[in-house]
Amino acid sequence: MSLPLPWPFEREYMQLALASGVAVGACAPLIGTFLVQKRLSLMGDGVGHMAFAGVAAGLLMGVSPLWMALVVAVAGAMTIEWLRLRRRASGDLALAVFFYTGIAGGVVLTGLAGSLNSGVLTYLFGSVLTVSPGDAFGICVLGVAILAVLAVTWRALFAVAMDEEAARVAGLPVDALSLGLAALTAVTVVAAMRVVGVLLVAALMVLPVGSAQRLARSFGATLRWAAAIGLGSVIVGLTLARAAALAPGGTIVLVAAAMFTVTAAVDLGRRRARPH
Amino acid sequence: MPLSQGPAANARPDALRLDGVGFSYGRHGVLDDVSLRVEPGEFVALAGPNGSGKSTLVRVALGLAPPQGGEVRLFGEPPDRLEDRWRVGYVPQRAVVVDQLPATVEEVVASGCVARRGWARRPAAADRARVERALDVVALADRRRTPIVELSGGQQQRVFIARALASEPELLVLDEPIAGVDAESQERFRHAVVTRCRSEGVAVLLVSHELGAVADDLDRVIVLRGGTVVFDAPPSDLTAEGVSLGIHRHDLPVWLEGPG
Repeated sequence: MSLPLPWPFEREYMQLALASGVAVGACAPLIGTFLVQKRLSLMGDGVGHMAFAGVAAGLLMGVSPLWMALVVAVAGAMTIEWLRLRRRASGDLALAVFFYTGIAGGVVLTGLAGSLNSGVLTYLFGSVLTVSPGDAFGICVLGVAILAVLAVTWRALFAVAMDEEAARVAGLPVDALSLGLAALTAVTVVAAMRVVGVLLVAALMVLPVGSAQRLARSFGATLRWAAAIGLGSVIVGLTLARAAALAPGGTIVLVAAAMFTVTAAVDLGRRRARPH
Repeated sequence: MPLSQGPAANARPDALRLDGVGFSYGRHGVLDDVSLRVEPGEFVALAGPNGSGKSTLVRVALGLAPPQGGEVRLFGEPPDRLEDRWRVGYVPQRAVVVDQLPATVEEVVASGCVARRGWARRPAAADRARVERALDVVALADRRRTPIVELSGGQQQRVFIARALASEPELLVLDEPIAGVDAESQERFRHAVVTRCRSEGVAVLLVSHELGAVADDLDRVIVLRGGTVVFDAPPSDLTAEGVSLGIHRHDLPVWLEGPG
């Protein structure tokens, strides 16, 4: 059953890819905006690698790789954030430890599960064109849930991301909000796994934010631009992938990278033109 | 040296009270038997040489670090038991300048209201009015839509003061807010703090080396040296020590760094 959409989205598999991509394209940069503000740009990458270990564990144990990835990623992300909040480790060191443990664990578990099978590759590099209606529905539900949580918490998350100590003195539940953001990051990573793959999840969280911060002059506008650029990257990326038979995950991220280059050039030109 | 003797009984609890507070990092003692208080409506400066424990004292007073001895009370309650935390406004020493992403002056100031109204609630008219008043006090209402990174250091500091004022706190703790700030911003700062203190009864604890700008407005000066309070009296008593806060602005830092 497909909807009457124009090319390149006239086929059902493209419509499922579009639905999944739109959910992830909007959510990943929104979460990424708070991570960049907290100087945790690589959080998505670290969590992605832990999700990979979860996928491998799921394949080994014969349970749903997606659910295992969700459990491992949420637990890992919240542990990293807890260590950072308790000052047991600096943010980037905690990330590095989990990053490498995750990828090494994933490799070992994959080895145990047999040869590097195509199931693993689907999650490493994404496979949005083979998303089932059930997966697409699941990804959209996760996307709506993330948007709903952000709609309620973004002002408090902004206050915490800007100045954790001042927020704590003012009485904001800094620990709960930070752990909540870590959990949301993990949910986003797992939702994005089928779209761009764990290796490129962080790119979709960070690149649109890099572009948005050059176009926007407020935090609210940065959020709106980041989501718009994320959505644009998904739609243009899927179109190019269909037209030229390219790998969709990589194409989506290359479009986001191209947008970053263009906005950086525009911003540089604007700065040079501005009288001193 | 004189140590202040407060009234035996006071109807309202002190905004801030420390009794015999001790704190150390491992074996390195930082605060030793520190007692002090700031009453509602009082403007108190906390001075001391570098490494005397001022910033640690502020962290302990605000509940960011638990004391290893003694008692801390904010409005009569232990910091972690104070329900209305918005009653305490805090301007950190090196307030984080938002250089990663653009944020406007208004967004930063409005973030100071989030805790008071409840973090999941949308801003109401009363919150917008609070932000408006805070912007007016620091004279930055006309820069509300300017990204904070485009402001001078002194103006940025005023934004963070406005953020602390936005919840309309009853105790304002400022850690080195005027270090390296231009003269106009110093005067704006003085006006903002003194107005809150005198007309609204806000208690102010100002941690600073540079007290010249507020010398005439202070009720008391507390001097910390080697982690203990060595002076706690009105600024006029410093004159008796041959130390001037006003005209000879460098006198206090010189005196502070001198032999104890």
